[in-house]
Amino acid sequence: MAKTLATYDRYAADFERLRHGGPDWLRELRSSAFDRFQQLGFPVARKGNEAWKYTDARPFAAEAFGYAQPQPTRRTTAVRLNQLLPFDDGFARIAVIDGRFAPEFSTGLGFYGLEAMSLMQAIDKEPRIVKGHLAKHAAWQGDAFTALNTAFIHDGVFIHATHLIEQPVHIVYVSAGNETAVTHPRTLVVAAPLSQITFIETYLSIGDRRHFTNGVTEVAVEDGATVEHYRLLIENQEAYHVGGTRVRLGRDSSYSSLSYEAGAGLARHDLGVLLAEPGCSATINGLYITSGDQHIDNMINIDHAAPHTTSRLYYKGILDDRSRAVFGGTVFVRAGADKTDAHQEDKNLLLSREAEVDSKPALEIYADDVKAGHGATAGAIADEALFYMRSRGLDEDTAMQFLVRGFAAEIIDRVSIDPLREWLEEQALAALPRFRPQEVVA
Amino acid sequence: MAKSSKNGTKPALLEVRNLYVSVAENEILAGLDLTVHEGEVHAIMGPNGSGKSTLANVIAGKPGYKVTAGEVLFEGRNVLAMTPDLRARAGIFLALQYPIELPGIRNREFLRTAVDAIRESRGEEKLAIREFNKLLEAKAKTLGFDADMLKRNVNEGFSGGEKKRNEVLQLAVLDPKLAVLDETDSGLDIDALKVVSDGVNAFRAPDKAIVLVTHYQRILNYITPDFVHVLIGGRIVRSGGRELALELESRGYDWLREETVGASAE
Repeated sequence: MAKTLATYDRYAADFERLRHGGPDWLRELRSSAFDRFQQLGFPVARKGNEAWKYTDARPFAAEAFGYAQPQPTRRTTAVRLNQLLPFDDGFARIAVIDGRFAPEFSTGLGFYGLEAMSLMQAIDKEPRIVKGHLAKHAAWQGDAFTALNTAFIHDGVFIHATHLIEQPVHIVYVSAGNETAVTHPRTLVVAAPLSQITFIETYLSIGDRRHFTNGVTEVAVEDGATVEHYRLLIENQEAYHVGGTRVRLGRDSSYSSLSYEAGAGLARHDLGVLLAEPGCSATINGLYITSGDQHIDNMINIDHAAPHTTSRLYYKGILDDRSRAVFGGTVFVRAGADKTDAHQEDKNLLLSREAEVDSKPALEIYADDVKAGHGATAGAIADEALFYMRSRGLDEDTAMQFLVRGFAAEIIDRVSIDPLREWLEEQALAALPRFRPQEVVA
Repeated sequence: MAKSSKNGTKPALLEVRNLYVSVAENEILAGLDLTVHEGEVHAIMGPNGSGKSTLANVIAGKPGYKVTAGEVLFEGRNVLAMTPDLRARAGIFLALQYPIELPGIRNREFLRTAVDAIRESRGEEKLAIREFNKLLEAKAKTLGFDADMLKRNVNEGFSGGEKKRNEVLQLAVLDPKLAVLDETDSGLDIDALKVVSDGVNAFRAPDKAIVLVTHYQRILNYITPDFVHVLIGGRIVRSGGRELALELESRGYDWLREETVGASAE
């Protein structure tokens, strides 16, 4: 237990050092959130704790991650970023490296109808909007990770769309540090009424050192707005990652998200979508690919709080080696949310006998006149399909690659940004060591 | 079978000798012999459950069958020791009775990879994309495929007839030496049957052979066989020419079954 105490002491020391700065309301918010984090502590598996039933949260508490130190910007970082993100082909980009806004890697943000800047800048420039939304969607009172992130709100990303923005906005959170550090990425996206925006959040590591990313993203989709959200998790295999995404949908608005998760050794994503006003709709897609000893957990809550709302949730997973995935999806239809139309599904392809998935889709319905369905499957490659392909001359490995790619395609085909879709088509296979070309040892 | 000797010293394209096959301890094939030479079309007929599909599947190497005795030779090589893809590269093609849907895999890309794999094994250069597309589109056109079907996922959402046509398109593009067609005629209406038969007839050549597994003689009106074999109880009980199929059509299989049972009782 001494180690765990050291962990909390380390967070407390960093908090004391960093608690100042910003307006009064922000300082108070940080303090309250840190107090709450200390009260809650990291989650532990115990009876009744359904949210952490299948994912062991002990590793988060076991290691004393220090607040990431600013690194001198290296020219190699820019080169590396371009190598790692080849699909980012002239997108508007805003980068945060080791927790600090990095203007030198941020480009193309001067669009009419778009404000994209660091969160600290936004607090000065758009105080009313920031104060109206920040920590209003991501409740930190009941969740230790969100509380911890909120306690460490400093640099982050603020996106505010007021018109139709055609260019995708790419938010890149990089962990490039050399030491075992924690970052708390914080993103606030506000789509004003009738605006339209597409944004990509990418979380990546440069280097193989363990780091801990504890991110929170809040998305406010105001009346009649349309938001398309991509979330790419491609951190290294040592990394720990916890992400909380909270989305609120206004009247007749529409939100679609596509999550691609191949990175981080231990990852958890909590996605909460609140269909708050009549006529709004959400399409939630995801693809997780795990190998080695990876563990990826998706906990999704779709909350239908108003009538005439629609949600479609479709996740797929590909698991190899001894890896493990967890899918917990709940569609919640509140009393009065009549004419809700909801469907959720999770399908898994297991490439190894040792891989395991715990998939728990659930419906909770308290309204009348609701159309809702759910399903979950897990299975191996079908022998029949493999034989069919081999009977056409494809060797086993090539046939497997086709089948795996084909399985992933159902999600990847939904990506509307061409270079991103093409990149993901390659990544889906490259993420699995079994399909990587063997390195030739000279 | 005077015709069988026409190839002189060349080994038979396909030679099945005394083949015994079981599935989950049930003996399906019980001492089957079949010799197929280049240029020949053999029809294998028989009632349901007689082992027709088993024969086709064992030739192509489908898992799930246990060969307990006998051998299958292709150009003199032992096929049973080869994986399904090696058999395909050697020149064996099986048109499946129930073609498999492959979600997320595009027809065009699948076929191009298959053609590349087979050409590579023959020591031939890969086809340039443009050449491949030309070949594919020409073959597709003769089978009444529109370009849209080549873009779609393999067999996904295809009608029964479209799936069978897709099998024959694969046959045309992959250009094997031996085509084993497992009930490619079943479930086809008369127009689709004509299109599929035209595709198979286009494949016929002096250096190719066809083993046509069918329940009905209807397709033999369009694809004229050189030999007709009747499979009952896991072995070939009668062989003949085209006229045997017509006799089966008018008399059914029962008379042969009775003769066979009678013969084995002696």
